[in-house]
Amino acid sequence: MLSFTYTITDEMGIHARPAGLLVKKVKELNSKVTIRRGEASAEGTRLMAIMAMGIKCKDEVSIEVEGGDEEASLAAMKAFFEENL
Amino acid sequence: MVEYQGKAAFGGIAIGKIVDMGKKEAVVRRWHIEDPGQEVERFHRAKETAAGQLQELYEKAQREVGAASAAIFEVHQMMLEDLDYIDSVVNIIETQEVNAEYAVSMTGDNFAEIFAAMDDAYMQARSADVKDISARIARILAGEDTAEKSDEAGILVADDLAPSETVQLDKTKVYAFVIRLGSTNSHTAILARTMNIPALVMTPVPEGMAGKMAVADGFAGKLIVEPDEETLERYRQRQQEELEKRRLLAELKGKPTVTKSGRSVKLYANIGGVGDIGAALQNDAEGIGLFRSEFLYLQSDTYPTEEEQQKVYRQVAEMMAGKKVIIRTLDIGADKQIGYFNLDREENPAMGYRAIRICLTREKVFRTQLRALYRASAYGSISVMIPMITSLWEIRKVKEIVAKVQQELAEQGITCGNVELGVMIETPAAVMIADELAQEVDFFSIGTNDLTQYTLAIDRQNEKLNPFFDAHHPAVLRMIEMTVKSAHKAGIWVGICGELGADTELTETFVRMGVDELSVSPALLLPVKEKIIGCE
Repeated sequence: MLSFTYTITDEMGIHARPAGLLVKKVKELNSKVTIRRGEASAEGTRLMAIMAMGIKCKDEVSIEVEGGDEEASLAAMKAFFEENL
Repeated sequence: MVEYQGKAAFGGIAIGKIVDMGKKEAVVRRWHIEDPGQEVERFHRAKETAAGQLQELYEKAQREVGAASAAIFEVHQMMLEDLDYIDSVVNIIETQEVNAEYAVSMTGDNFAEIFAAMDDAYMQARSADVKDISARIARILAGEDTAEKSDEAGILVADDLAPSETVQLDKTKVYAFVIRLGSTNSHTAILARTMNIPALVMTPVPEGMAGKMAVADGFAGKLIVEPDEETLERYRQRQQEELEKRRLLAELKGKPTVTKSGRSVKLYANIGGVGDIGAALQNDAEGIGLFRSEFLYLQSDTYPTEEEQQKVYRQVAEMMAGKKVIIRTLDIGADKQIGYFNLDREENPAMGYRAIRICLTREKVFRTQLRALYRASAYGSISVMIPMITSLWEIRKVKEIVAKVQQELAEQGITCGNVELGVMIETPAAVMIADELAQEVDFFSIGTNDLTQYTLAIDRQNEKLNPFFDAHHPAVLRMIEMTVKSAHKAGIWVGICGELGADTELTETFVRMGVDELSVSPALLLPVKEKIIGCE
């Protein structure tokens, strides 16, 4: 398993649209992706669960990637967060 | 006449009959089914149909309200595919052996509740999205027509509108949205803004109002049902003004202010504080022709410091991004009194100790302002304008003080921009010696309010004098013409920043005289622009 932490800079946090884009992106990857903030976590393919985490601007989240081409998936996730969130 | 106070979500005035969408919480019946497998199949088919409809809506919204607002339908499509959502529906069908309609609406309610309980207004508003997609699938399952059409034109009142409903509405038939629930964050509010339709949210309108005449005031956030004739007339007028404003904006924004024969006239805005800049830019101001610096002094309990002033001047210069900003130095006295200046009471304040007369005798106050102005000039295009000049020596004295201030700043290593220095022509004396004044400065700006009062010896505040007052008095117009000629002969530019500058009956006269610049309040920029463009 590989992971990285990221601090959200988007003022709205992970709101509906980026959450939707995130899910779309995760579905393209062949690894299992988990979004974690403190105790709470959600699978990267589950839109409503991610939205329900209510991740806000300045929140620190960790993104875990497991299985498949982990390195490629990790790089793709890093790029996605930096670009969109 | 009854008023219902809500929250303003988008400004505008609408007058018309109320069209009530009513409560649309459909009652979903629950019944036992024999074959859960087949019911799950039925759910999946309905979901596919819903996805197709949402795709169409997405495309329609993209065409009509833009990509940003359309994005929500993309999110709706993704919500439909959400595994937790699908699992929940399937689970309810299979374990409870119930119909798909019921399973979908139960699931929708459960997820909506999760969002509604979140401590974030934006996420709370998302509960409407979950309900929206659930209601859509439920309707498809029940074989109902999903396109909810309202053929009646009028002020649309509803508990809440799902984004899909908002987009499906015929825009030309919706005069205003009045939503009983919702929030300023809800999609209806956001879409109303992109569609340019007045909108109110959280407005407690009772049922049974359909067909009644009403006024929706999107500025004040209130709905007035069965307004009396007087109120109605007032709102009709405001609506007209509003429409006129929008028409001007649409037609003139971005167009250069040039007459038919190709002469360009600069059109600037008069502002009284930083807060007016938004309105100035929105109405296409090419610069600020009169920034009344008094407000800095009026809103303070003591003399504003150099630092405080510099910050404000700099902010204005930066916000105007290189466009000209003409700042008038302190103009108090007469009708504008400030306690801490400790000015004596005067018999005749209009002709008394005011403006530059205070600055030249209380040089310290003046120097503080000048230092702030010249320091701020490094951040944009600032010009300085001196009010109430009557004699040549006054402007020469001002220039001496300015030179000292500039030298001081240079010695301190503080860089300044290139600052044009001008005088206001607002006394008959200044008009008569305009040729000499023009040798000393970079520009003139004619203050017509004071010039009129001093030329006609009429106090505008005195109503008894109304029969004697003529805003277009030939004496005043000749004064203006003389000033323009003197300025041009000396090769400097001349503008008008008083009320006459915004008098569209005179625009053509001023253009013909050769006035180079007109500075008017932000709301009047476009009407004046229209007039200038129409001039030969």
